[in-house]
Amino acid sequence: MARMSYEANKQKTRVPMPELDPVERAKTFDEVALGYSEEEAVLEARRCIQCPNTPCVSGCPVGVPIPRFIEQVAQGNFARAYAIVKSANALPAICGRVCPQESQCEGVCTRGKNGEPVAIGRLERFTSDWAFTHPDEAKRAMDELREECAAGDEVACSIWRSAEGAVSKDLAGKRVAVIGSGPASLTCAGELAKRGCDITVFEALHKVGGVLTYGIPEFRLPKDLVQREVSKLGDSGVSFETNALVGKLYDIDELMEERGFDAVFVGTGAGLPAYLGIEGEGLNGTMVASELLTRVNLMKAYRFPEYETPVYAGKKCVVVGGGNVAMDAARTARRLGAEVTVVYRRGREEMPARAEEIHHAEQEGIEFQLLTNPVRALGDDKGWISGLECVRMELGEPDASGRRRPQEVPGSEFVIDIDMLVMAVGSKTNPLIAKTTPGLEVTSRNLIVADERTCATSKPGVFAGGDTVIGAATVILAMGAGKRAAAGIGEYLTQG
Amino acid sequence: MYPIEQVEALNPEVTRMVVRAPEIAKKIKPGQFIMLRIDEVGERIPLTMNDCDPEAGTITIIFQAVGATTMRLAQMKAGDALLDFAGPLGNPTELEGAKRACVIGGGLGTAIAFPQAKWLYEHGCEVDVITGFRNVDLVLLEDEIDAHSTRQIIMTDDGSNGNKGLVTQALQQRIDEGADYDLVLAVGPVIMMKFVAATTKPYGIKTLVSMNPLMIDGTGMCGGCRVKVGDEYLHACVDGPDFDGHLVDFDDAMRRGVMYRTFESAAREGRDCNEGEGA
Repeated sequence: MARMSYEANKQKTRVPMPELDPVERAKTFDEVALGYSEEEAVLEARRCIQCPNTPCVSGCPVGVPIPRFIEQVAQGNFARAYAIVKSANALPAICGRVCPQESQCEGVCTRGKNGEPVAIGRLERFTSDWAFTHPDEAKRAMDELREECAAGDEVACSIWRSAEGAVSKDLAGKRVAVIGSGPASLTCAGELAKRGCDITVFEALHKVGGVLTYGIPEFRLPKDLVQREVSKLGDSGVSFETNALVGKLYDIDELMEERGFDAVFVGTGAGLPAYLGIEGEGLNGTMVASELLTRVNLMKAYRFPEYETPVYAGKKCVVVGGGNVAMDAARTARRLGAEVTVVYRRGREEMPARAEEIHHAEQEGIEFQLLTNPVRALGDDKGWISGLECVRMELGEPDASGRRRPQEVPGSEFVIDIDMLVMAVGSKTNPLIAKTTPGLEVTSRNLIVADERTCATSKPGVFAGGDTVIGAATVILAMGAGKRAAAGIGEYLTQG
Repeated sequence: MYPIEQVEALNPEVTRMVVRAPEIAKKIKPGQFIMLRIDEVGERIPLTMNDCDPEAGTITIIFQAVGATTMRLAQMKAGDALLDFAGPLGNPTELEGAKRACVIGGGLGTAIAFPQAKWLYEHGCEVDVITGFRNVDLVLLEDEIDAHSTRQIIMTDDGSNGNKGLVTQALQQRIDEGADYDLVLAVGPVIMMKFVAATTKPYGIKTLVSMNPLMIDGTGMCGGCRVKVGDEYLHACVDGPDFDGHLVDFDDAMRRGVMYRTFESAAREGRDCNEGEGA
């Protein structure tokens, strides 16, 4: 790594990022985290010590050349920094916001051993937000990087064709159908488009983005930004067909045989709702988190009646679950005016949600009833939910997943009075693709079986990745799979 | 965009609309539905296919102007276009093998049940069609059904067509006359489907009902359309919309059907609202 041309920032703590005031923001859907200014970004970037073994890069599922882009930020070369990030990551404005960096790039940052790690996610976000406000300079920087690579510059090439799994061969004239338009699919499409491949993305809903559009709320990930980042893929040879549910409108064999696609990537996610399985969960005022989030995020129900989709919000709401979706649902219900309690059967340590999201939820006045499990929903005489009977839990021996198994404390039942219940206890895979694609091997849980390295399925020419293969996980894992699939598809299309 | 090719008022409340959607027209089968959205601020609503023409590339929908969206839809003209039109969704009605069927439509349900009656009739099945309306002015598709059924019985609540009574009375009478149905299909208000199922149950006649719960995405992802069937909740958009009428919990469906009623009236009147009935 080159010697640094700037003064390092030896502060042990990271430059704080401005946020909306918790009391004010709990009333609006505006983005909570405001992002770094140019000065703040430069100062934070100068905390990176450019360590030679770059653990951060191996901690990133899409292999962003982190020290290289941070070095450019530290020098104020924001356009170059953006070009470096963007060449490895099709959706940096999104990843910078929603990745669980603490368990990925930042979790292994050398500076984190003695103080706080470098705020890699915030810097990634900064570069892409900067590029949105400086589109011409950003484009010029991308073109320069591409040209330097074409001219044989090794460093430029290593960035341009960066990272694990990048597609190295020219795929001009090849046609690939991508099913679903969530993070796995968009990454796969972006990578293949970079190599000249002709891509059509099929999306069942009327807007692309998958969970980025219908699931993650506006206040964490503004929808205009998602559409803006996605539309950039359109500039590079990716076309989108919305309102196209593959498995009903077309099936995979038709796409390959009749519409002439050379390969197919299945990135259909895990979007089927799971229920609690308790008495009364069908009462009015109850819903699964994805219904609440879809109404609010995709359909903009928080702006009813300007937008025509309504959303029910009670005055006292319980959200059941401890993952990021539960936090998103709780914070959404809060913004719709409800007092919200999160009920989770294990302890705080075991909550799968990001620490930052739990912290934000607490700041916004959301209560937590941990080691608590719902046993029955109670209704009034009109069939609306009026209460949730819960039982206290204690943690026993670790189960197969390594987490301590919660057990009911006998006789500890109590009732929380509520008029709204949101279930955020996971999701399952939609069986539609599995059912309508002969020759596709799936597990008993309808997960598609795919090779870990190439994402190839049991059906030749068909690849799969993201939640549809591993079950509900994170955006960045889906993107990593999309990138590997692009490489796998590249190999497949250039064989023989 | 999906161009509207024809609009026709069938009566003061019900509109027939022909929409250009060639890919869907090639695939859609009786019992399947589409989700449409008029424009950027619109909500997604499910409408069951009434007819399709794969050659012309069109889908016909028939809807009743009851809420904000359908009232707005009824104002649209040939030459306008819908922003979103997705389908085919849901499973086709299982009609194979039926020899003597009775298709029952309540009000607008008649339009939704028509393609099934037509399919059965064209596939050699003996088809009785019983329809029910409030009064004679609201009768739908009388000529079309005449041309595609063995027998048509039209009932009115007020007897204004000379045939007063409920569809279940006509059904009971046909059963008593020895109609010997092997399939009954009911489409209409939940309360009507409930009583049709109750009528056929003692005779063990296979009875399908087409459920019409609230839907948001229509692709199986949000659970908004869950229907209690036996002991479990199933999703009308992917497991249905047809279910075994002898297993559906109609009371649960009717209760869930009113969850958004206050919003619906607010939307019709175009004012703000967040007062659910349980609030």
